Amino acid sequence: MHNKTLAELSAGLANGEYTSVELTRHFLDRANELNPELNAYTTITAEQALAEAQSADKNRSAGNAGALTGIPMAHKDIYCTRGVRTSCGSRMLDNFIAPYDAHVVTQLKKAGMVMLGKLNMDEFAMGSSNETSYYGPVKNPWNHNCVPGGSSGGSAAAVAARLTPAATGTDTGGSIRQPAALCGVTGIKPTYGRVSRYGMIAFASSLDQGGPITRTAEDAAMMLNAMAGFDQRDSTSVDRAVPDYTHHLTDDIKGLKIGVPKEYFEEGLDDKVRAVIEAALSEYESLGAKCVEISLPNSAIAVPTYYVVAPAECSSNLSRFDGVRFGYRCADPKDLIDLYCRSRAEGFGAEVKRRIMIGTYALSAGYYDAYYLKAQKLRRLISDDFKNAFEQVDVIMGPTTPTTAFRLGEKTDDPVTMYLSDIYTIAVNLAGLPGMSIPAGLIDGLPVGLQLIGNYFSEEKLLNVAHRYQQATDWHRQSPPGL
Amino acid sequence: MALKEDDVRKIAHLARLAIDDADIPQYVQELSRVLELVEQMSTVNTDNVQPLAHPLDESQRLRKDEVTEINEREHFQSIAPATEDGLYLVPKVIE
Repeated sequence: MHNKTLAELSAGLANGEYTSVELTRHFLDRANELNPELNAYTTITAEQALAEAQSADKNRSAGNAGALTGIPMAHKDIYCTRGVRTSCGSRMLDNFIAPYDAHVVTQLKKAGMVMLGKLNMDEFAMGSSNETSYYGPVKNPWNHNCVPGGSSGGSAAAVAARLTPAATGTDTGGSIRQPAALCGVTGIKPTYGRVSRYGMIAFASSLDQGGPITRTAEDAAMMLNAMAGFDQRDSTSVDRAVPDYTHHLTDDIKGLKIGVPKEYFEEGLDDKVRAVIEAALSEYESLGAKCVEISLPNSAIAVPTYYVVAPAECSSNLSRFDGVRFGYRCADPKDLIDLYCRSRAEGFGAEVKRRIMIGTYALSAGYYDAYYLKAQKLRRLISDDFKNAFEQVDVIMGPTTPTTAFRLGEKTDDPVTMYLSDIYTIAVNLAGLPGMSIPAGLIDGLPVGLQLIGNYFSEEKLLNVAHRYQQATDWHRQSPPGL
Repeated sequence: MALKEDDVRKIAHLARLAIDDADIPQYVQELSRVLELVEQMSTVNTDNVQPLAHPLDESQRLRKDEVTEINEREHFQSIAPATEDGLYLVPKVIE
């Protein structure tokens, strides 16, 4: 049962091959058995899941079932879930029982999905390896000595190990696409504003975007149908109709123009990864697409720009964690300043503190123009590069990451080395474009992700282009050894 | 740009983060390393470039000034570290 896609599970439930309760029990059993080794879940909500499954089965027998009714899923622990601990991978929120549901949580509940639990992540989504989590690193299901990527590492690992058929993630600089690539699953970061940020714990508000992690593009389309849409509680939510993302999945891609940015194939890209990506592009050509070389001249400046914009916004967003209203409070504060300073010092981990300090510095008196304003200007140039490219091509493709999954502990000594693992994904967030990663090959038993970048609100096209590839190849059907 | 120990102390204070003196040299080194990466921004000329604050260049939506939220004080305060009579408790600020 656990090797089936969402689309297959949906059909199985509709045909009465199994009930939602049976399906939910099966995934809970798997999660209980395999999670102690993988550490993908921070919380498993078995009782609540079975209650939701029973209610889904009841709705189905009453004739009220949609495509997702009764299918189990799990949320990245950044999404607020009423009555369930929402830790954000941090000691700061280890005791935080969210008092309300995030918009995405409400939407998927309304669609009838069953929540199995909450998934591990880098602390406050700051990290590329899941090693900054207060709850310890997640292991990559393909090789337990390797990282799953981050920050949605628990989500990608859980989907890859078949501990859930689908998961939610969030992507601020690559946090859906990079772990999806390293774990051999499919992930889509929609256009900024497409999925509501309400109840999604904020990291960098002008970059954060939620999206699904699944095994196939078709499954991602089914999830996005429920997740996307206008929500007035998110001030940057875009009021624009949501298409049925499953409608055009099978459209012909003959004549599709694929832009291949030469900057994504320069120094730093592993030769074996390059070969896998080139093979994937050839596969697209055999499906009738045409590849043309393009240039995104400001690519090299994306990582430095991001490490001003994201920390600056994070230092502001994370000022709410003060030990007063919710979350961690230090013992015996001697005065108010001591309460703030020690609650924050003891509640936050090293990477979060580093980013808060970088952001505080960049926004401090006398430095604003040199850092934040300069970064916003560069953001315009990076965004214009994509605008120019999309005048010539329909989609952009390249590697999601420069290498396959690296070893646990390999990059924890130097923050900057870790930052560079997001070199191909970060520009997409700065521009606010939709991006995707799909499995395109294996190197020494580790997955490689192909990145697809589309124009604003072209999720439908991206999913179509990804689906056609998945119909012609079976990389997305491969499973980690022993699973 | 290389930070000095005093810069780190000042930043930590602005960010309301208590840091041990023993950890300051490591912060100096790590934060300077990140700022060195960030300095690469200066290699690109941005004269006459409009800053981009919102990826879709949209401005903040306005709504009618109406009460839309219900009062959930007890519910919200049930997860607070310390409350009394509907108020959040903090150490005494004024003697």
